[in-house]
Amino acid sequence: MHLLDGVTPELIVFVLAGAACVAGALGVVLSSNPVHAALSLVGTLFGIAVLFVAQHANFLAAVQVIVYAGAIVVLFLFVIMLLGVDRAEDLSIEPLGGGQRVAAAIVGLGILALPLAAFASVDGEATGARPAVGAANALDRSTPDVAQLGESLFTTYLFAFEVTSVLLVIAVVGAVVLARKVKRAEYVDDPLVEAHLAELAAAAEPAGDEAPVATVEEPVDSEVGG
Amino acid sequence: MMLAVVEVTPAWYLALGSVLFAIGAVGLLVRRNPLVMFMCVELMLNAVTLTFVTFSRMLNDVNGQSVVVFVLVVAAAEVVVGLGIIVALLRKLPSATADDITVLKG
Repeated sequence: MHLLDGVTPELIVFVLAGAACVAGALGVVLSSNPVHAALSLVGTLFGIAVLFVAQHANFLAAVQVIVYAGAIVVLFLFVIMLLGVDRAEDLSIEPLGGGQRVAAAIVGLGILALPLAAFASVDGEATGARPAVGAANALDRSTPDVAQLGESLFTTYLFAFEVTSVLLVIAVVGAVVLARKVKRAEYVDDPLVEAHLAELAAAAEPAGDEAPVATVEEPVDSEVGG
Repeated sequence: MMLAVVEVTPAWYLALGSVLFAIGAVGLLVRRNPLVMFMCVELMLNAVTLTFVTFSRMLNDVNGQSVVVFVLVVAAAEVVVGLGIIVALLRKLPSATADDITVLKG
């Protein structure tokens, strides 16, 4: 029992959920199969939901699981299955010439270092925000968070809340317009398709004495998408 | 042997949020599959919502949680439209990567 003396329940929850989050995030980035990436994303989303509960945001945790894990990831999986792109891809090819991964690593470290430095500097008060003691928007631990959140949404943010419904309608209309079945005639003078077909034709020709092309052309799988 | 009590401060949650955001950003820059790039965007959005909830708890302010609701709604709308675009794209070019979408390139 000695070893567990300094361990609080919140620490255990944080470590487990945080490990799930980071492992899931790494799985999204590193897995070569999009289906595995989507399932890793579920791990991250569940971990974040657990961390929401640990911070007394119970309603948001439920919404996180229902909306993200229940709807968004399922939508991702539907699209993957629908399009038949659930094949593993080769992650070792360098897509944009040399140095892109190095640049990405530098950007990532910068993104990581800046907020960490800010949080470490003055005990998390880098934003200059002060606790909302006595204000109308102050959290009250004695009432449920759903009640306070609902009151905030339907009084302070009522207009924004109504506007989000307009946004959702626009999104639905946009999705229907974008994903509808295109008629065969519309394929003909599509510059994207023509450029790709020309590229494929050029690649199919015997290269002759040309120097090998630097970019790796992925073979088009013609049986997919039928 | 007696260990000091390890307190989980809100700064831990903020640090975890920035780690997740950095992983998502690197994934967005490194990966070329449009679907996986989209998942990395979701990862970054979730890192930010975690940060919002943590600040809401630190400052005892319900507005942080209200913002998360709006982020969720906007993320749902964004996923619907973005996946519509990806479906329209991949239906024409089943093996398209983000590098192939160059029609608007000057």
